[in-house]
Amino acid sequence: MYLLQYDFIRHALLAGILVSIACGIVGTYVVIKRIVFISGSIAHIAYGGIGLGYFLGINPLWGAFAFTTVSALGMGMISYKAKQKEDTIIGIMWAVGMAIGIILVQQCDSYTADLMSYLFGNILMVPVNDLIFTGILDIIIIAIVYYYFEEFKAVSFDEEFARSAGIKTERFYILLLLLVALTVVVMIRAVGIILVIALLTIPPTIARQYTQRLGHMMFLAVILGIIFTTGGLYFSFCFNLPSGATIILLSAASFFISLSLQKLKNHMLNLMSGKNSFYEKG
Amino acid sequence: MADEFNVIEIRNLWVIINGRSILRDVNLEVEEGDFLGIIGPNGGGKTTLLKVLAGLIKPTYGEVKIGGKKLNYNSKYIGYVPQYSFFDYDFPITVEEVVLLGRIAHKKGRSFSVYDREKAYEMLQKVEMYDYRHRQIGELSGGERQRVLVARALALEPHILLLDEPTASADQRFAAGFYEILRDLNKEMTIILVSHDISAVSKYVNNIACLNQTLYFNEGKTISPEVIEKVYHCPVELIAHGVPHRVLPPHDGVVGD
Repeated sequence: MYLLQYDFIRHALLAGILVSIACGIVGTYVVIKRIVFISGSIAHIAYGGIGLGYFLGINPLWGAFAFTTVSALGMGMISYKAKQKEDTIIGIMWAVGMAIGIILVQQCDSYTADLMSYLFGNILMVPVNDLIFTGILDIIIIAIVYYYFEEFKAVSFDEEFARSAGIKTERFYILLLLLVALTVVVMIRAVGIILVIALLTIPPTIARQYTQRLGHMMFLAVILGIIFTTGGLYFSFCFNLPSGATIILLSAASFFISLSLQKLKNHMLNLMSGKNSFYEKG
Repeated sequence: MADEFNVIEIRNLWVIINGRSILRDVNLEVEEGDFLGIIGPNGGGKTTLLKVLAGLIKPTYGEVKIGGKKLNYNSKYIGYVPQYSFFDYDFPITVEEVVLLGRIAHKKGRSFSVYDREKAYEMLQKVEMYDYRHRQIGELSGGERQRVLVARALALEPHILLLDEPTASADQRFAAGFYEILRDLNKEMTIILVSHDISAVSKYVNNIACLNQTLYFNEGKTISPEVIEKVYHCPVELIAHGVPHRVLPPHDGVVGD
């Protein structure tokens, strides 16, 4: 508890909570709608925006914000226009985004070690302004998902039917990608571009193993996210490890433990129900 | 219900996908309250035609009017039951929620009303899946899932019901009862049914059309041998082998009332 007397620790904990809210909710859609690849691409394109931020001398998060939202819009449209080539185009945009970032950063004289914190995150160094920014984005995400919960469910579950039933599915799909874009921006400070996708997918995937309900899945994913960021923070502080990577490794370890427990449980259930009938059939 | 009102009018419809014409110059008028069966060989464009009507595929050329209006791609009064659904069986959703999503375009505000829920329950009972309403969708068998999808389409209270091989994966016992349900529903809505099981279908439909890229439409439920020959010509005949005989004029009392 003595750690809480430090300002930067309190900020880091708050950052972890704010980030977990966004990734629990939006990550749930990323997992069930299977848009992990697109989300990874949006996250990496953000690097172009960070480079732009450095180049123009503004907060790099604003650059990331611009790049992720524009790319989310672009990818949303591409998926409807070029269904078959979607994968390839997304992969190309992923690389182009990073390439732009690398060139822009190289143009700046003020090349700093700070850049590393955008790639790999540093939850201990999140400025107060960014915390406020993150809080506002959280509120936007919650409001949109609260209001369009059923529409998002319909579009995620069976897009074709939703369209035939009169839902403008393109709009909701693009809106969903925009939420992913916002979430990526929120997460960059804490875990960094390269690790975004792990924190976006691991908590919801674990949550899915314990519930059949979409709302419950989101709630559980948020709680798990908070546990992972707080736990990761603690370990990184105690053992002087990079915070982003520690959070991810803790999440991944929990994922494999949870997966093994589920397998074990299924195995036990099979044994119990199968014990009697197995030999009778033979 | 006005007798002469055409609820669906298709004129010179072409659908060309990747340079291949799937539908060629299709013309069709469907009166309100009709029960139309569409048969035809595999790859003949039956599913494509239904998808055009469901607003899922845009016509390359031609005009499609539904309810007197040019095809509105967001018509919320069209119930569509696909042959295959490509949803994730692991999706965290219950049977009840799936059927409720049929009312997605009808709900006001952010959540479903009591009326929406009542409709969903009513339709679940109609397809005898009410007891399964709390199951996760992936726990059902293929036939059970198909029935849930029918309930979902019915839940939106369609004026036009589009069914693509609805009994293909359903069990035999349900299939028989299912056509009775359709006959009942036909009092309230226009039904278009694509099926291979034309011997069973022809007991219930009012009209039969044959589709193989272009549409051969006869009033009534019999189709002349000439049309059948035209529709199932050449290589396709091998695939659809055996089907044509069953729609010939009644001879052994198999077909007809």
